[in-house]
Amino acid sequence: MRLINRHPDRAGRLMLVLLPFALLLFAYFVGSANRLAENANDKLLPSATQMVAAVDRLAFTEDKRSGNYLFWQDTLSSLKRLGMGLGIAALVGLCLGMAAGTLPLLSAPLSPLLTVLSMVPPLAILPILFIVFGLGELSKVMLIVIGITPVLARDLEQRAREIPTELLIKAQTLGANTWTLMLRVVLPHLLPRLLIALRLVLGSAWLFLIAAEAIASTDGLGYRIFLVRRYLAMDVIVPYVIWITLLAWLMDLGLRQVARLAFPWYEGAKA
Amino acid sequence: MTQAQHNNFIEVTNVWQQYADQVVLERLNLSISEGEFCTLVGASGCGKSTFLRLLLGQERPSKGQILLAGKPLAGEPDASRGVVFQRYSVFAHLSVLDNVAIGLELVQSPLLGRLFGNAKREAREQAAELLTKVGLGHALDKYPSQLSGGMQQRLAIAQALIMKPRVLLLDEPFGALDPGIRKDMHTLLLELWNEIKLTVFMVTHDLAEGFSLGTRLLVFDKPRIDPHAPNAFGARITYDIPLNPQRRANRAVFDELPAHVAASLQPAV
Repeated sequence: MRLINRHPDRAGRLMLVLLPFALLLFAYFVGSANRLAENANDKLLPSATQMVAAVDRLAFTEDKRSGNYLFWQDTLSSLKRLGMGLGIAALVGLCLGMAAGTLPLLSAPLSPLLTVLSMVPPLAILPILFIVFGLGELSKVMLIVIGITPVLARDLEQRAREIPTELLIKAQTLGANTWTLMLRVVLPHLLPRLLIALRLVLGSAWLFLIAAEAIASTDGLGYRIFLVRRYLAMDVIVPYVIWITLLAWLMDLGLRQVARLAFPWYEGAKA
Repeated sequence: MTQAQHNNFIEVTNVWQQYADQVVLERLNLSISEGEFCTLVGASGCGKSTFLRLLLGQERPSKGQILLAGKPLAGEPDASRGVVFQRYSVFAHLSVLDNVAIGLELVQSPLLGRLFGNAKREAREQAAELLTKVGLGHALDKYPSQLSGGMQQRLAIAQALIMKPRVLLLDEPFGALDPGIRKDMHTLLLELWNEIKLTVFMVTHDLAEGFSLGTRLLVFDKPRIDPHAPNAFGARITYDIPLNPQRRANRAVFDELPAHVAASLQPAV
């Protein structure tokens, strides 16, 4: 049978999914064991025991200086910044994209502007954000907002343009004015697209968050990673990276579930 | 309504439509009385759909004017003219019931486009009644993507009719349907046309459909063709054929009846 016609069955599929992860873990722990056997003080590839100890120290033991559980505090601060950034960007991006994609009079001034703005590398203007908004929470949230809003807005503008003209005409023959047309036809069509777009920019949002935290912060997942780098504390960095990956994956999964539950019509309408 | 207005419900005077140097329609003159069922036929690219878009207000003629009940046609689509397209006629994000109720909601609530409480219930009841009439009473809670093509077009027709438009524009509404389903749709459409005082324009590629449904057949064709400049001349209405005089006459008699008598009669199909 040709390779292109061969499909894995359920069990086989699960195995194939898990295989690369297992191989990766195996390679890591073999490497780690070898290095530690040579030099028990090696820091580069910590063993599972060392990482568990580090997590236990940060997540389940009070910090002696502040009395906080650092791991959870870092997580909470980071998620707060990320959530605010994503929320504001989603709202602004939706409004801009809907306006530019639906109203020709607003598309003319907005579309080229958004295209140019989305070319500005957000990290390059991070110093400006620190100067303008100070070193507090605002500048970190703003970096995320500035980084992903143009992408969201441009995507949604495109999606709004893809709504068949027939539907917009039909709504007008049903008595819609511009505002109710946007509210009842364009907006519902864009909301599921917004969730998809958010899933796609999740990676960039995390990137901007970690970057902002690394440079100026007193807590947060990115801050901790860059702080312990000075001590080559790989036993902290690796679990943190895994934790961030897990959080990002869960957010992606969550957005997908919300889209599926809130917009059951969407999958069928694509066909 | 005076007799003169009655005869010239829609008055098309010397209408031209051209895009850049491509002339699509030229010198169109037409007078349509209320309640006619006009079928528009012709080769592809002969301006049938363009003419429909002009009537809809989606486009404005380059020259000439169109009068609707004595007044110039509004330059944009509105609730006085309903439309059914071949595709994308219904809202995928609304249930069958809400697809029809949305018309009532949009008109009654210009701020939110949405009704609440009693008003919403009434709108939905009205929508459900119409949907039952077009044979969708069993599918009120479904999404359009769960319906067959024929059912979707029934929905699109119900959606247009809930607005009680005086003009219904159909752009190849049954073009994508199986022949059997198409027959059912013809029956439904004639039923509705008989029952409601409605002027219908229907673009079709199916000549038989054009002949059997209409009370008037309009053939679009290009009488002049310059082989060196195929876009220089546009299409005109080359044949204007009255059809189905029996149905026309029935309709006229029915229209003559005093309103209170007409209202009490179940119109014959």
